[in-house]
Amino acid sequence: MTLVDNARRGRRSIFARRPFFTLALVVAVGYVLAAIFAPFVAPYDPVAQDFNAMMQPPSGAHPMGTDSYGQDILSRVIFGARYALIIGFFAVAIGAIGGLIVGLAAGLSGGWAEWALLRLIDSILALPSLILAVAFIAILGQGVDKVVIAVGLSMIGPFARTVRADVLQVRVQLFVEAAGLMAIPRAVIIWRHILPNVIYPLAVQVTIRISEAILVSSSLSFLGIGVTPPTPDWGLMIAEGRAFVSFAAWMSAMPGFALALLLIALSIVGDGIREEFDPKLRGKS
Amino acid sequence: MNLLSIDALTVDRGTARILDRVSLDVARGETVALVGESGAGKSTIATAIMRLLGDARISGSIALADAGDLLALREPDMVRLRGRRLSMIFQDAGAALNPAYTVGAQLVSAVRRNLGLGKRDAHARAVELMTQVGINDPEARLSAYPHQLSGGMQQRVMVAIALAADPDLLLADEPTSALDVTIQAQIVRLILAQTRARGAACIFVLHDLALASQACDSVVVLYAGQVVESGPVRDVLDNARHPYTRQLKSCVLEIGRDDLVAPEGTVPSHEDMPAGCRFATRCPRAQDRCWADAPPLETARGSHRFACWNPE
Amino acid sequence: MPTPPRPVFELKDVEKVFQVRKPGQRFGRKTVGLRALDGVRLSVEQGASLALVGESGSGKSTLLRVLLGLDAPTDGQARYRGRPIRAVRDEGADFARDVAMVYQDARGSLNPRMTVGALIAEPLRRFAVVPAPEIGARVATLLTRVGLPADAAGRYPAALSGGQVRRVAIARALASDPSVLVADEAVSGLDVSTQAQLLTLLRRLQQDMGLTLVFITHDLGVASFLCEQIAIMYLGRIVETGPTDAVLTSPAHPYTAALRDAAPKFFEPIAEPLPGEIPSPLDLPSGCRFSGRCPRVQPDCHARDPHLARSRTRSVTRSVACLHPLAPVDGAGPVAPANPGPAPEQTRPD
Repeated sequence: MTLVDNARRGRRSIFARRPFFTLALVVAVGYVLAAIFAPFVAPYDPVAQDFNAMMQPPSGAHPMGTDSYGQDILSRVIFGARYALIIGFFAVAIGAIGGLIVGLAAGLSGGWAEWALLRLIDSILALPSLILAVAFIAILGQGVDKVVIAVGLSMIGPFARTVRADVLQVRVQLFVEAAGLMAIPRAVIIWRHILPNVIYPLAVQVTIRISEAILVSSSLSFLGIGVTPPTPDWGLMIAEGRAFVSFAAWMSAMPGFALALLLIALSIVGDGIREEFDPKLRGKS
Repeated sequence: MNLLSIDALTVDRGTARILDRVSLDVARGETVALVGESGAGKSTIATAIMRLLGDARISGSIALADAGDLLALREPDMVRLRGRRLSMIFQDAGAALNPAYTVGAQLVSAVRRNLGLGKRDAHARAVELMTQVGINDPEARLSAYPHQLSGGMQQRVMVAIALAADPDLLLADEPTSALDVTIQAQIVRLILAQTRARGAACIFVLHDLALASQACDSVVVLYAGQVVESGPVRDVLDNARHPYTRQLKSCVLEIGRDDLVAPEGTVPSHEDMPAGCRFATRCPRAQDRCWADAPPLETARGSHRFACWNPE
Repeated sequence: MPTPPRPVFELKDVEKVFQVRKPGQRFGRKTVGLRALDGVRLSVEQGASLALVGESGSGKSTLLRVLLGLDAPTDGQARYRGRPIRAVRDEGADFARDVAMVYQDARGSLNPRMTVGALIAEPLRRFAVVPAPEIGARVATLLTRVGLPADAAGRYPAALSGGQVRRVAIARALASDPSVLVADEAVSGLDVSTQAQLLTLLRRLQQDMGLTLVFITHDLGVASFLCEQIAIMYLGRIVETGPTDAVLTSPAHPYTAALRDAAPKFFEPIAEPLPGEIPSPLDLPSGCRFSGRCPRVQPDCHARDPHLARSRTRSVTRSVACLHPLAPVDGAGPVAPANPGPAPEQTRPD
């Protein structure tokens, strides 16, 4: 492949080549914007109760209807995006940073330290992240910040495993040996040669796992052990609407739909980024 | 009449013209070398003959004696030709053999498919083939898995599979490039002896001009998807008319050579390909005309042909 | 520190044994020793160019790792300017600066996430070759020296062709101003014109910079073009060594002759190839390890294992490990087939 080939290929924008990715990105960005500008976008206060307008079906005044307290569901969904994204982002940040440290240590240490770290990762991985998050909530208590920490801690295991796998793969690469031949200190080799080749796949993992974090946090709320009412959290809203699902389905359906759409959009964006920046997948196309 | 006659074969993939009006003939029992550097399209020709090019756009014709234009055949007819009249061996025999089956299973299945033999006869034929390709203790080797054999042995098995049905034409795509030099000579001699014994023609895809001169009757020199020179090896390699053929030959390092003038530049990418002669960007003898018009293949003497406006 | 008369590399009876699982055992833990190097003697003088030639399994890659100090020999001595390689290597950056390496897989030896400029700047900075402000200019100089445009510095290896990547690897190796360049199949797998470009480049660099060159190759044409000295390896041993021209014109070891004859030559008939394949190092034949494939094998070859020894019939610089070496052929051109000639004068190993 020549210089020109690559340059030309790069010039055709990713958006033109991947229409689904573009659509999903627009949706995801829409959620982010709605979350940031929620007070300006939402027609009502998300926690303003109006007992004159309880359980109204979708209408002009309330496009997504109202819930059993007369709260406007659209406004709650919009504010709910804030919580979903904040929890998703920070929980994944905790998981990724923790996973990077543990994974790097496990991949580079060798000997008994590697063994101990691997057993730690294995034991975390033995439990699904939801169960683990439930356990952390039981220790930490409820609230948005606790949910962030609980979900984040529960994700360290999966992140650490992928980081370690990448480290094992990178550290035997020829360029690492070549750096060693140049008497470059080990810390510098790790920093300059190993870390960048681990960080990129990790960044891709982050985009994919944000949706998992949102799902787990919503599940916690749904189970009633995540954030506390009347916080406009989607999982909580779905749980609240559960009792009325036979005659006021919109109460659960609207936040459920919002959640599903965001998760799908994030997955497509994550896949797109992975396929675009993973050299292994790129070589095959 | 020729066994195989390729006329104006053009292959496009995306915006890239991988082969550009390639014409060549293969007589019965003839050994032809396709030589050139990477990107010259030598493997593409072999793959096009087998009709295994996938989604590329193909025009021109590939006429096989008694079968007509291969490009016009229906797929089931083509399937019947592959293995029986045309067969192919590859550079990486290890990858061409299925790791999940013993070499015996693969050889016997090829024999049964292409010769329609029963199990017992097929096995006997497989043993015979293994002996022909120089594998000692064929019964034992038949029950080995590909990874248990060395690269040279794997290539021998590939030759046995390819020749199982006595094809008219064997396509050998760099069959020895992945092997050690002493094994290389063994495999080349094996392929030559076995094709000769069967009266089969052979197209060797090679990058080594010296090997081409040793192994083949005639040679086709390709550059960036075009035939620049073709004909009997002696005529083409000892009396080259095209500057590229001379350059390619001058780069072959025989033992004891001390003078080496490296050519400038590289093959242009498909976006920057000149409209006329594709070698113009590197040619020491290029004229204005070379950039504008592609030179046609002209006859030098007998079947020796070259495509150059300003030949040596 | 280095004292001039000392050879750059000196190997004395170097052995390298790897413990591998016993063949045929799928689950067992029993291991056997695989002798990748077996009594290798080699000396590389300052300013020399040595080609190490052998087929796969000959141990040339292992020898390379010993020379670079990546593997310690199991037995014997491997010295760099008179001192054990491993010790010199562990001591500090001097060895790393003085001995540079070009890998066969040049692309794999370059971090894909770094630009060409950053890759070449790394050794410049590590060894403080030039003051920091001049690094950019030195990178440009090095790129020019290997025939790449200066703007290649901003590119990533993935955007370069195979030949260009090799040039980058060479530029990077030369960045530390080494006196020794070790190259592993640095021109194999390339098109002939690209190979010719790299070979002329390497030869010019070697002459201009006075490099000591250790060049691993399987191609005798490349070896004879680039290197004054040659060492032929077979199954973990050096079987013949000496000046390249002399060795290839009239090989003393039948294996050298076979290698030479196997190399393609214009319009020559394809020579009778050696029978069989390199045996497994776990299952060596008794006596001479080449005896199983040797066209000139005699009964005592199966009994006695010849060691690399100076041949009495030849100049002092040539050594061969053969009980019945080929006679020197007077006036034989490099393409003449090996002529067994009359019974050779017997040479005894020392």
